[in-house]
Amino acid sequence: MSSWETNPVLTIEHLTMRFGGLVAIDDLSFNVGRGDITALIGPNGAGKTTVFNCVTGFYKPTEGRVVMHRTNGEHYLLERMADFQISAKAKVARTFQNIRLFGGMTLLENLMVAQHNPLMLASGYSLAGIFGLATFRKAERQAVEKARYWLEKTALIDRADAPAADLPYGDQRRLEIARAMCSGPELLCLDEPAAGLNPKESGELNTLLQYIRKEHGTSILLIEHDMSVVMEISDHVVVLDYGEKISDGTAAEVKDDPKVIAAYLGVPDEEVDAVEEEVGI
Amino acid sequence: MSAKSENLFMVSLKDAAAGGAVALALFGVLIGMKAEVASGLGGQLGIEYRWAAVAIAVAIVFGGRLLLNLFVWKTDKPVTATAKGFLPSAKPLAKLGKYAMPVFLILAVVLPFLLMSAYGSRGSRQYLDLAILVTTYVMLGWGLNIVVGLAGLLDLGYVAFYAVGAYSYALLAQYFGFSFWICLPLAGILAAFWGIILGFPVLRLRGDYLAIVTLAFGEIIRVVLLNWYDFTGGPDGISGIPRPSFFGIEFERGPGGFADTFGLEYNSIHRIIFLYYLILIMALVTNFVTMRLRKLPVGRAWEALREDEIACRSLGINTTHTKLTAFALGAMFGGFAGSFFATRQGFISPESFTFIESAVILAIVVLGGLGSQIGVVIAAVVMIGGFEFFRGLEEYRMLVFGLLMVVIMVWKPRGLISTRMPSITLSGKKAKGISADLVQEGHG
Repeated sequence: MSSWETNPVLTIEHLTMRFGGLVAIDDLSFNVGRGDITALIGPNGAGKTTVFNCVTGFYKPTEGRVVMHRTNGEHYLLERMADFQISAKAKVARTFQNIRLFGGMTLLENLMVAQHNPLMLASGYSLAGIFGLATFRKAERQAVEKARYWLEKTALIDRADAPAADLPYGDQRRLEIARAMCSGPELLCLDEPAAGLNPKESGELNTLLQYIRKEHGTSILLIEHDMSVVMEISDHVVVLDYGEKISDGTAAEVKDDPKVIAAYLGVPDEEVDAVEEEVGI
Repeated sequence: MSAKSENLFMVSLKDAAAGGAVALALFGVLIGMKAEVASGLGGQLGIEYRWAAVAIAVAIVFGGRLLLNLFVWKTDKPVTATAKGFLPSAKPLAKLGKYAMPVFLILAVVLPFLLMSAYGSRGSRQYLDLAILVTTYVMLGWGLNIVVGLAGLLDLGYVAFYAVGAYSYALLAQYFGFSFWICLPLAGILAAFWGIILGFPVLRLRGDYLAIVTLAFGEIIRVVLLNWYDFTGGPDGISGIPRPSFFGIEFERGPGGFADTFGLEYNSIHRIIFLYYLILIMALVTNFVTMRLRKLPVGRAWEALREDEIACRSLGINTTHTKLTAFALGAMFGGFAGSFFATRQGFISPESFTFIESAVILAIVVLGGLGSQIGVVIAAVVMIGGFEFFRGLEEYRMLVFGLLMVVIMVWKPRGLISTRMPSITLSGKKAKGISADLVQEGHG
């Protein structure tokens, strides 16, 4: 028994998403193991980002169930929750394929916004904050310390007071991960975190993700095209094609699955000839 | 050299002639012919021809284009490059901003005494009235800045909350005889309440749709005030609104009045000075609260919302609530300003709350620089002060005003003060301002 079957952090059951007549995801079921790094791969247009949007509440699935099992024993049916509650209550954080930072705000401010909910509570919904009460000042100091920690971990501390839009591309990707981590998630969903990174940066990303998983116990679900990242760090790989799951297992198992090879590389010419002969072209 | 300049002249001349031809085709009809009920023809419709005016207009286009071609567009050494050296660059202006705040504040506090000593109590009254007007617009600008500048929600109906505040005070005073000091908080609460009621349906919309619907709500409130004759007095307005007292002491002649209590000689200017300080304090409170909120989680959430709404939701921020707080808070300050307006005027009617007021307040915020508090002050002083100051120019002042706006928008497209100051820094030192190019304007 693999860990994702015995102790899942997220279970997706019979998930279907239709946009009008287009079926983006068709009856998809898989588990994300607690403490695992799970990779969701597949050719372009396979429906990977749609799965993410369903999990994080940006889309309401047409059918199916998405359950988050938190460490404290609480269960959340994500398909019924508003997107902001999924982050606030179910503790699922995400990043975006096209980076979405608060470009006009500094790195530190970006990480402070991520800690909005605990800070809002500490500021007594702004009332205690306006009068500068000590409880709020203490909470704010702690938030800054948490932000400093993540800035150090992502090697962005030198530019803490610079606007986020000024950062180079690779740094922006890391900042987005730091920002997601500041919201204290138990499941971190990363949409193509290595896209546009050079080999050195993508190596650093691997180290960062493994650190997050090991030190913070955060489970990671990631969409990735970069096979070096997928094969090196993931414990569990799920392959999608045309909205359906075609393979599910460890990285080594998936790599040798003929269906996966066919989806990525196409089938050998002889097979195509055989099928063509069958239908009579 | 000569061949080249000859060539430049010919090219410019050709281009100018083409411009002139377009102008002739347009102005020939637009200016050249005027349909008129000619008195000589017994009330028949006739056409009056004005070819001289057309000739002037075409000559201006031709000449202007020729000069621009020769000296700016087609030449290697455009005069604008030289002229740019004379315009103040952004850097010293930012430095100026550091000192502008305390200087403005001190000037605002001592203004009545300066005016009194310069013009005497009789002569200074009109200037004080103008100062009260400008300060009212500064307060309205600061209130709207929360909604438009920080949260990035384009609100074209802000005057509705100004109206709610003004009518709340006027009606509460008329029906229940409440005093100004009781009505002031009530007016703010009612305006905030209306802000929330309007906000709930409206804030689902984004961008242009939000702008149109807020515009419509602004008009609806005015039309309701206009047509609910039994309650609001409709177009007749409400008159005899009680004047504010100095915490219970009325500004009146005779024993028990303000002058008598403080051993001063009675003078009607006392009330004007009091009104000035009242609106100044109200405006400064608005500023203080806004500046504090910017450094609190809610203020950061507003700015994050302006930058990227989807990212906000992915971080667990309830965007609807966050937008509503901005809307309600902006409305509350609008309501405070409205009740001040009612008590100052002593008379209000729906006439005072037309769309043009919303447009002026929005123009102050945009010209000053979205999100910039000091920018709003400068823009309000220039716009409202300038507007009243050049009353002598009559209709030409609109022309000057329009030209000024175009110049500002070309020179500083993001408003006068467009750099954003970070709300918190890690180093503890004052961080550098963030260039406006990086800051989003918000999309709804």
